[in-house]
Amino acid sequence: MLDDFFLRALLAALGVALAAAPMGCFVVWRRMAYFGDATAHAGILGIALALATDMPPMPAVLIAALAMASAATALTGRARAMDTALGVLAHSALAAGLVAVALLGHVRLDLMSYLFGDILAVSKGDLVTIWVGAALVLALLVWRWNPLLAATLSPDLARAAGRNPRHDAFGLTLALAIVVAVALKVVGVLLITALLILPAAAARPLVRTPEAMALVATVLAVAAAIGGLELAFAFDTPAGPSIVCTAAGLFVVTTALAGLIRALGRRTGTGAVPRTDG
Amino acid sequence: MSLRAADILPGPVPAAAPLVRISNLSVVLDRTPVLQDVSLTIARGEIVTIVGRNGSGKSTLLRSLIGAVRIAAGDIQRDPGLRIGYVPQTLTLDPTLPMTARRFLDLPRRAARGKAEEALDRTGTAHLARRQLADLSGGQRQRVLLARALLGRPDLLLLDEPTQGLDAEGTASFYRLIETTRRDLGCAVVMVSHDLDVVMAASDRVVVMGGRVLCDGTPAEVGADPAYRALFGAAAPGMAVLHRSGDDLHPAAGQPLGLRLAE
Ligand SMILES: Nc1ncnc2c1ncn2[C@@H]1O[C@H](COP(=O)(O)OP(=O)(O)OP(=O)(O)O)[C@@H](O)[C@H]1O
Ligand SMILES: [Mg+2]
Repeated sequence: MLDDFFLRALLAALGVALAAAPMGCFVVWRRMAYFGDATAHAGILGIALALATDMPPMPAVLIAALAMASAATALTGRARAMDTALGVLAHSALAAGLVAVALLGHVRLDLMSYLFGDILAVSKGDLVTIWVGAALVLALLVWRWNPLLAATLSPDLARAAGRNPRHDAFGLTLALAIVVAVALKVVGVLLITALLILPAAAARPLVRTPEAMALVATVLAVAAAIGGLELAFAFDTPAGPSIVCTAAGLFVVTTALAGLIRALGRRTGTGAVPRTDG
Repeated sequence: MSLRAADILPGPVPAAAPLVRISNLSVVLDRTPVLQDVSLTIARGEIVTIVGRNGSGKSTLLRSLIGAVRIAAGDIQRDPGLRIGYVPQTLTLDPTLPMTARRFLDLPRRAARGKAEEALDRTGTAHLARRQLADLSGGQRQRVLLARALLGRPDLLLLDEPTQGLDAEGTASFYRLIETTRRDLGCAVVMVSHDLDVVMAASDRVVVMGGRVLCDGTPAEVGADPAYRALFGAAAPGMAVLHRSGDDLHPAAGQPLGLRLAE
């Protein structure tokens, strides 16, 4: 069953999972879900740019995602979770991208593959780009982990220690744009945010430190990538949505598991307390 | 026991170069002037408390000291190599970010093991190390925030309403903690507080803010200043309170509620 294209699909999914899971933790912690959507949807504008200029798609997507992320940062300023402004950006980018692609005359272009990914069409070249991009994102996150975390918890705490939280925020924006560019082929623009958020959310109830959350999210994302691809092959379903469905399933399982552990802990906890009343 | 700082440490040596010199600082936020022409020096080892009504620019002043606010005019000179420990007025904890008290001490720089334990011991929070920050009570969290601020062996502690949400006994013991900390580390403390009665007893200097510095001096000087009395009313604690016992921290019965600026 390990055909060449299945192996390529698997490697592509794994590369994306490794970068998206720890990045997704920051997206969750900083409440950047809509920010992620806006950046991801700009990917379609990137495709339009590639069609218009004969650029290869991935750099074009990277440029569009970066431009959108910068615009969103400027628009929302320091305040986070500016839902409406970001919502306007996210959905306008998606619609404008779809219109632009149509205007460029590529009516036969398979839009579905950009919206939901086309992992089975991943080439060796794509694979190299995905893994280089993923390695860059991981390197940045590992290298700047502690300052990024401090800037996320409180920009002022980072400032007081002599750091500039804006630099860290820009680093995260850059990393997010790279994740969008490498994930586009695997899950498509519509599900990139899902791939970022679901493993982190699934990891949350199981952990007590940020590091544990990133590690568990990565393990879950890898499991979702492998499981989702297996599902896609077994039932002939689209690969990207299958991966996301598996991640959603993992979220349900970990949340239920954590609830169960808490309930058990309460019961044994009260039972273990030594009785003082004899 | 008296809370008076001068009983514990002789006043700061006036000749020493100041840790921080703020000269004619103006800050404009969102096109509104928030600080105007603020001049202030902070000497090594002194406890300076900033009081003032809500929105009078106290937090903004502290945030400009850490460099988080754009300065419109004037300047801030810091002692070269100045180490700052900062406790913000609010720390919003996102429930999706798991964070134990011990892990929090490692932000933004990893703390050496012994140092972290020492800071937790000093603030009486060693037993909380493994607890989630979000699960702590208000007073416990303020202590952990202080522990983190102490880690870098600061020359200057900036505390923005560190006693918010603490009961009277909690407030009194927090001020005692600040004083022993100042004595042991020799750091200057700049603190925002609404607990006027404690402030007047436990500070070397009091600065009254109202978008600018309304008055600045020893508690006795400020307590007698018309600007201070105009702002906080005739019932505001002044000279008399200086000699009150540190355990008697409740406003006397019959004092107007406005005294505590609680709105
Ligand atoms: N980021 C900001 N943008 C615009 N205006 C701001 C900003 N931060 C503070 N302000 C304004 O600056 C003024 C001073 O705010 P500041 O937080 O310094 O007051 P404060 O003295 O600390 O008040 P409190 O006692 O309520 O904590 C207020 O009028 C406030 O509305
Ligand atoms: Mg304030």
